[in-house]
Amino acid sequence: MVAFPGVFIVRVFYAAILLLAVVVLNFSMMHLAPGDVADTIAQANGGADAEILDRIRHDYGLDQPFPVQLGRYIGNIAQGDLGYSFFYNMPVTDLILQRLPATLLLVFTAQILALVAGVVLGVISAQKPNGVASLSVTFLALFGYSAPVFWTGILLLIAFSLHIQIFPVAGMRDVTVTGGFIVQVLDILRHLVLPMVTLASVFLALYSRLTRATMLEQLRTDYVRTAYAKGLPENTVVYRHALKNALSPVVTLAGLQFSAVMSGAVLVEAVFSWPGLGTLAFQSIIARDTPTILGILFCSALVVIIGNLVTDMALRIIDPRLRKSA
Amino acid sequence: MRFFFKGLAIGAVLAATAATGVRAEEPRKGGTLVSVLNTNVRNLNSAVQSGIVTGYPGAQIFASPLRYDENWEPQPYLAESWEVSEDGLSVTLNLRKTAKFHDGQPITSEDVAFSVDVIKANHPFKSMFAPVESVKTPDAHTAVLKLSRPHPALMLAMSGQLMSIIPKHIYGEGEITNVKTHPRNNKNVVGSGPFKLVEFKNGEHVILERFDDFFMDGRPYLDRIVLRIITDPAARAIAYENGELHLGAFESLPRIINRLKKVDGLTVTDEGYGGIGPLDWLAMNTTKGPLADVRVRKAIAYAVDKNFIHKALMQGTAANSTTGIHPDSPFYAEQYDYALDLEKAAELLDEAGYPMNGDKRFNLTIDFGWPDVKPQVEYVKAALGKVGIEAEIRTSADFPTWARKMATMDFDLSWDTVFNWGDPVIGVHRTYDSSNIAKGVWSNTQGYSNARVDALASMAAVELNPEKRKVLYAEYQQIIADELPVYHINTLPYHTVYSDRVGNPPLGIWATSSPLDLVYLRE
Repeated sequence: MVAFPGVFIVRVFYAAILLLAVVVLNFSMMHLAPGDVADTIAQANGGADAEILDRIRHDYGLDQPFPVQLGRYIGNIAQGDLGYSFFYNMPVTDLILQRLPATLLLVFTAQILALVAGVVLGVISAQKPNGVASLSVTFLALFGYSAPVFWTGILLLIAFSLHIQIFPVAGMRDVTVTGGFIVQVLDILRHLVLPMVTLASVFLALYSRLTRATMLEQLRTDYVRTAYAKGLPENTVVYRHALKNALSPVVTLAGLQFSAVMSGAVLVEAVFSWPGLGTLAFQSIIARDTPTILGILFCSALVVIIGNLVTDMALRIIDPRLRKSA
Repeated sequence: MRFFFKGLAIGAVLAATAATGVRAEEPRKGGTLVSVLNTNVRNLNSAVQSGIVTGYPGAQIFASPLRYDENWEPQPYLAESWEVSEDGLSVTLNLRKTAKFHDGQPITSEDVAFSVDVIKANHPFKSMFAPVESVKTPDAHTAVLKLSRPHPALMLAMSGQLMSIIPKHIYGEGEITNVKTHPRNNKNVVGSGPFKLVEFKNGEHVILERFDDFFMDGRPYLDRIVLRIITDPAARAIAYENGELHLGAFESLPRIINRLKKVDGLTVTDEGYGGIGPLDWLAMNTTKGPLADVRVRKAIAYAVDKNFIHKALMQGTAANSTTGIHPDSPFYAEQYDYALDLEKAAELLDEAGYPMNGDKRFNLTIDFGWPDVKPQVEYVKAALGKVGIEAEIRTSADFPTWARKMATMDFDLSWDTVFNWGDPVIGVHRTYDSSNIAKGVWSNTQGYSNARVDALASMAAVELNPEKRKVLYAEYQQIIADELPVYHINTLPYHTVYSDRVGNPPLGIWATSSPLDLVYLRE
């Protein structure tokens, strides 16, 4: 068995190679597409004189041969410099740091909501697999899973921002709201509800279906029967015995889905004008703003790695068998 | 003539007053106007960045020498008066003596000279100030623009967002071409206009606050303007409807426009877009294949039913367009409208040497650059099929992909949307000048070349008499409508949406790319 530091070094080495591949591949793909950021700058300007466009290309080094551009970029990355956004005229690091908190808030709360609600609904439907509750949960789950998120988002907006006006339409904050810290936090929470529910709806389906399936399996096992025979109340059996064992595949799935939640956030952010990385990524791709896109991919990779680590730790807490093998 | 217009305007106001029973009211001071930007803004410095998104905050933060009323008459703004010399070679601006930048420094003729230099070096529309050779500054409040040739387009180019006066003491150090990436284009911006920047959060909002020392006494009326950045049109529509947004502009989706028109408490209007002058047209590459023959281009015009596009696709929201000049412009001269006539189209195609061969004459490609216009392109394909032209729709993955095809003239037909940007010299000539063929997207990508059109454009560019200019542009538009390098279909249906609480909405020629110093918010 390889010692822990050894595993760690190998992991870091692989991660570095992976990141390099991400950078080179994406940079090349961006370069292969016809047109460049000067065209989108012309678009934002409502047209531009050819001479001005040539100057922009020159200033941003876009007139250099491809290997020179790529080499320069990798050199900068190696020095921890994500570069300068062509489109927004500011350092990519600043842009991303401005946007990252909003995305983290949305992604983590949606993931937690999907997980908690998914598990609870899954357990309820497993207890009476053919009952009305189970069927409703299945219906709700499949609906959430198959409806496109942007559509779910617009429907929720029409329902809860237009007809019953409880939640705001877009953004993360109402800048006309004045007040102390608590007021500000409540304002952000009010803005968070609809995007969070929209994003959670897709993953809630996955988690509730998986919980239901594994719970059904667990409830048929001998140790559950023994627990019932001991005269334990049903809730204790279901939640303390069966659920604990049913959880680990769910948590594993949640970890695997983390990157999917991140990419789902792109669409949800666009619908709700949530000022996060997703909107920035979308706009940067459209604008051909290579440094910003690559910076975001770099950060997303980092967030996914952290998400997977958190999952790993959670699994160890839930399942003692994993702790021993560590 | 002017008196007549004024009389008309007063009559209209009286009629409106009688109809609504509203008395002329005193504008209320104070309040926060919540408005919206439809895409993220890349740069707040409108001296180096054009476009309708930068124009909105840009025209609030920075003042221009002139402003225009809704009848296309120039009005004093940062310049309290101006004179054009008889030969048209010098334009004198008399600046307001009390005018200050947001940091308290006075606005002087030096700043005007510097701003012109910065705009000439960085702004994407070179034609605006190309004839300006130098700016003389005889004293702190007089700036004299010296021109190499008469340049009537200068008047419109000195208004709206096109000539933002920026402080030399902030942007003056270093290379002048670097102003376009100056760090203070987006934060700690020091401007000259009615509102100052409080906060710009990329992708989230721009917050503007009343500038107390603004050079026009008692203005602006509003305390604050919050420009939220909401890119989804459906989300914006809900926000207008539930009252979260007081004012928005540049809404162009027919479905949304028509829905908002039915909402109580909202006004939806296409007034105020004459200066920006957005036009939708079908571009034709005149340099290759069957399209090189004007008879084929005419046949296409006869085969495409504009009426169907106006009624079914634009759902009545867009106005007809017959020339490269926006119908609201004083230089617009209505031209021959190619009404649907399939027989004539077939005749012209036969005549051009493309007889029906089975059920087909020849193949063409048709491009489009953004998803909103896909229905139009699909319709054109179907319409051309009826006269035996088989059009293949080419989808571009994104804007730059399409832009590159246009710039290199790698297309037959393409849907296109181009803006006038005030004077025809700025936004119209670029499409038809033979000296501007294939110079990037929105240049003369049609490869159109006509010596008379070139000559009329150069004559109109230096003609100081507005009536004579109109005559020149009338012939110009007539030749183009006859030779059809582009088939003009309709105006882009930009609409402004505002709630009943908004007084004096920006319905002048520059829409929201004009100062909102007169806008107020009712209780």
